[in-house]
Amino acid sequence: MNKSLDNIKLLQGNEACVQGALLAGVRFFAGYPITPSSEIAEGMAYYLPKLGGKFVQMEDEIASMAAIIGASIGGLKSLTATSGPGFTLKQENLGYAIINEIPCVIVNAQRGGPSTGLPTKPAQGDMMQARWGTHGDHSIIALAPSTVDEVFWLTIKAVNFSEKYRTPVILLLDEVIAHMREKVIIPEPEEIEIINRKKPTVPPEEYLPFKPDQDGIPPMANFGEGYRYHFTGLIHNQKGFPTSNPQEIDWHLRHIYNKIKQNAKNITLYQRHFLDDAKIALIAYGSVARAAERVVKLAREQGIKTGLLKLLTIWPFPEEELSRLANQVELMLVPEMNLGQIVLEVERVVRGKCQVISYNRVDGELINPEEILLKIQEEIEK
Amino acid sequence: MKERIEVCLSGAGGQGLILAGIILAEAAGIYEGKEVVQTQSYGPEARGGASRSEVVISEGFIDYPKVTKSDILLVLTQDACDKYISKLSQDGILIADSSTVKDVPALSAKTYRAPISKIAQEKLGNKLVINTISLGIIAGLTHLVSLESLRQAVLNRIRPRVREINEKALLLGYEIAQKMKLEKN
Repeated sequence: MNKSLDNIKLLQGNEACVQGALLAGVRFFAGYPITPSSEIAEGMAYYLPKLGGKFVQMEDEIASMAAIIGASIGGLKSLTATSGPGFTLKQENLGYAIINEIPCVIVNAQRGGPSTGLPTKPAQGDMMQARWGTHGDHSIIALAPSTVDEVFWLTIKAVNFSEKYRTPVILLLDEVIAHMREKVIIPEPEEIEIINRKKPTVPPEEYLPFKPDQDGIPPMANFGEGYRYHFTGLIHNQKGFPTSNPQEIDWHLRHIYNKIKQNAKNITLYQRHFLDDAKIALIAYGSVARAAERVVKLAREQGIKTGLLKLLTIWPFPEEELSRLANQVELMLVPEMNLGQIVLEVERVVRGKCQVISYNRVDGELINPEEILLKIQEEIEK
Repeated sequence: MKERIEVCLSGAGGQGLILAGIILAEAAGIYEGKEVVQTQSYGPEARGGASRSEVVISEGFIDYPKVTKSDILLVLTQDACDKYISKLSQDGILIADSSTVKDVPALSAKTYRAPISKIAQEKLGNKLVINTISLGIIAGLTHLVSLESLRQAVLNRIRPRVREINEKALLLGYEIAQKMKLEKN
């Protein structure tokens, strides 16, 4: 190991999120503490003032979401952190950020739900809410780490994606990942790729704030630096003013939808474990992927050719890779700490090309490897 | 060393078990370069009742982060002993504070008893250091981590004001372990 001991830290998932966000350039945090995400707010309150950034503890989750939108429009990379109940409250303003193409990151450390649910226990019940929680047609990016090191790197990715594609990005943790401690090697700043939003290259009088470049993404001027523009939650034209022109409406909706869909290849991150000769594929994400990794080992010890597709990007859904895999394996098993959410997407993509089954646990406990292995054995014997 | 060692530190809320877990994980992970994961049970239990901190230590990548069968189980209360004893692996090491845990099922041949909290009060005048004493005992009984790595991790994590007493507690635990080993033989 050539890193000095100072760079190796034993960090909680939430602490790694803070370190990643700060290195990615986040300088504004507004939030309302909620278990199991509170250590993110705590870390931000400690570090941001030292770095010339701003930490604001807001009156509630709705206002927190509004505040990070405002800060981002002003030019700061912004992040908020919450859990299920707060994520629900943020949905309205999340839609506002989507329609106005405002870069920001929302961390949701998932706990049991609905409502107040199980504050201190893990769940993966907000996967579909991350996709469709706010109303209307839209795209979204959502990432789900399964190790503390991945929390660090995917937080940086989340900030980068938000800046690159002018979109909110959701980082989906769960209580296990948020609170567990593992080693993270903190890289030097120059080892990290940092993406900053594109600024306009035209003079202020020619600037159209919602007119995309060739790459589909409109350049974004900081509010108050001389480029006049307008924000509204209404469907708007390229100037930012409300429109009821069918052509402009259609264009706007398709634009915010397609800018992410067209870049899906660059956004969908996943890891393949022992899939080359696999007949059974586990599809897992978040803390459950850690149990699945063990299952692969245990199953192979018994001669069952099992592999794992670990999803790091949940939205956009990695359709291509799954579709390819469906031609190879006989069975896909999707273990989740919910009653079957991502399995629905797997079924949609697989289209009956292989068998898809679900394994679910919603009692506030992390799924353990033995129970998944048992499920595989049962299926084989059928 | 086995490829994967699972440690469960259990007792009551307020006994410093989570901090002990963090120190053990840092000693093995940062100072000895191993892979480590530390987790904790967290909930209403945090205010009294049974509480636990888990550490998995391995030479290679740790897949499943939780303890399934403890190779080392520390129990500082009867409650914790009753609750977690079933998770002790067949040849696992059980360390019990005999001043509080009266009924210790002899499930494993490697059962060690010492009046940890009584010794803490008598020798150091402070029961708050039973977590650090326990870490010293683990180092002395198992060689899971070296005493020196633990000392560095303690000094790194603990406020300067209480460093001296914790260094003493660590050594005291190590000595208790040597005595327990002699008694066994």
